[in-house]
Amino acid sequence: MGIEVLLDLAASMCGDRIAIGSRQDGVTFDRLNELSSGGATVIQDSGAKHVAFVGLNGPALSVAVFASAKAGVPVTPLNYRLSDEQLTELIDTLERPLILSDAAFLPRIDAWGHQVLATEEFLAKAASTPGVGVPQEADVAVVLFTSGTTSKPKGVVLRHDNLTSYSLQTVEMAGADETECALISVPPYHVAGVATVLTNTYAGRRVVHLPEFDPQRWLEVVRTEGVTSAMVVPTMLARIVDHLGGERADVPSLRSLAYGGARLPRPVLEKALAAFPDTGFINAYGLTETSSTIAVLGPDDHRAAVDSTDEQVRARLGSAGRAVPGIEFAIRGDDGHVRPANEPGDLWVRGAQVSGEYVGLGSMLDPEGWFPTRDRGWLDDEGYLFIEGRTDDTIIRGGENVAPAEIEDVLVRHPAIKEAAVVGVPDDEWGERIAAAVVLESGAKADAGEIREWTRGQLRGSKTPDTIVFWPELPYNQLGKLLRRDIVSALLAGVAPDVS
Amino acid sequence: MSDVPALRTGSRLRSQVCTTEVIVVRPGAGSVSLTCGGQPLVELTAPKAEGVSPAAGLDGGSLLGKRYTADSDETLEILVTKAGDGTLADGATPLVLKDAKPLPASD
Repeated sequence: MGIEVLLDLAASMCGDRIAIGSRQDGVTFDRLNELSSGGATVIQDSGAKHVAFVGLNGPALSVAVFASAKAGVPVTPLNYRLSDEQLTELIDTLERPLILSDAAFLPRIDAWGHQVLATEEFLAKAASTPGVGVPQEADVAVVLFTSGTTSKPKGVVLRHDNLTSYSLQTVEMAGADETECALISVPPYHVAGVATVLTNTYAGRRVVHLPEFDPQRWLEVVRTEGVTSAMVVPTMLARIVDHLGGERADVPSLRSLAYGGARLPRPVLEKALAAFPDTGFINAYGLTETSSTIAVLGPDDHRAAVDSTDEQVRARLGSAGRAVPGIEFAIRGDDGHVRPANEPGDLWVRGAQVSGEYVGLGSMLDPEGWFPTRDRGWLDDEGYLFIEGRTDDTIIRGGENVAPAEIEDVLVRHPAIKEAAVVGVPDDEWGERIAAAVVLESGAKADAGEIREWTRGQLRGSKTPDTIVFWPELPYNQLGKLLRRDIVSALLAGVAPDVS
Repeated sequence: MSDVPALRTGSRLRSQVCTTEVIVVRPGAGSVSLTCGGQPLVELTAPKAEGVSPAAGLDGGSLLGKRYTADSDETLEILVTKAGDGTLADGATPLVLKDAKPLPASD
């Protein structure tokens, strides 16, 4: 079964419901299905073996995803913010690509010698071309490049099996009611940007897009479109909370707000819970390699944690939640053996939605189908997953493993500190020493010595940062992930990183 | 009549005796004999038989968009994509409706 079946089923259940856009002039599920069929013919006629998408999130992405599926070729949304060199390197790995590009990027892309079609022209052609008869069967639905924050980008192979399993097991077919509306502000090249096309389509839920994030615009769109569910990365949520400045958000339609893609600092979550008192919060944890979400901390979990007096339950506010249906977790020690509950180790995951396969590198699944996430964490007694951070980011100081997140969580609790990043820098005596780059709250003052003492009061001495520097900003990528390598380089160079 | 095809997530099957069509959401342990209206489910593409109808007592129908499972194997889940008059069963034991516990929209 291919992912295009998700659209067929939605169209059969609620074909004249609006799938994308506003109620007045949006595209219906039936129309989306027709455009996807016409688009498939356009793709087949081009002779392309792969579709690349260089554009902002919007209706063209949904059509491109389903049209590619019906044409039997993989689709790859690409990060339009990469340099020409980086982008051409990625595109050159795709087999006979057809590049669908927003008008804004055409001048760059035309020069690269591949077949190019403007997204607007693609939509116009899709509307006027007869639909492909029978969808072509294919194994691979999507190839998505990892963000490459710790190494060169790798192409993750997401098969139809992975994506349909994910959708069928976590979403109720046409389960959304007519009043629902999802606001998408994540970019297409983020796995959530692709997954959201599938899950909202299968659920029969209308989507609207905010392709260029701005907190004021976000709040306006939520109000004018009556958005009922939204998904944001933590840096977006932090900007929304800052923008509100302590006021309530006044978004009566917003039933749920999901966040994920990177760690959300606890102080930001607490301010967000206060600013959106009537909205259910959802933490979604997942990787590109797992077709996005594998663990969810739902609204009831958030409320239970906030209301409880039991320390173990309260702690769950900082967890990634529990496994989604069809997913199993295992925490393994260095020896490969499974660790007991509450003991940290490497997180492995298994399930039909897990791909674990990279272009040119094959499958990383072990013989029993388990995939190493390269995240460290632990499971509590009831299966709640706690993530410490990327294994690669673990600092090894004097032979002891130190998770940056543990120290970062403590630092951001300091009243003067707004954001903190903790990294290891090479040290002759310790192997690595612990360095913290902090951003102060506006108008606040603090000195390194006082912060070190304060931290020492909450964590063991060996986890106190050896060095603390004060920067105006921390470097993040577009998906809100901290660029730790840039932080290390900047610390070694003795200057704050250029985040422009 | 033919054997039920091996089940995988995404397999699409249909009833031989009515309009019911299903998708396998979770294949289960492989112990369930999927039938509808008393006859094994077949591939969507299998040739249609004429003049057949659900057996008496197994003609209660199935609900569109709902998921069903078997008492004998709760890891099996099938989703009805087209409703029909036949009753979905494990052999002659009707399947049971699965509780809808959808996740909140997360992506």
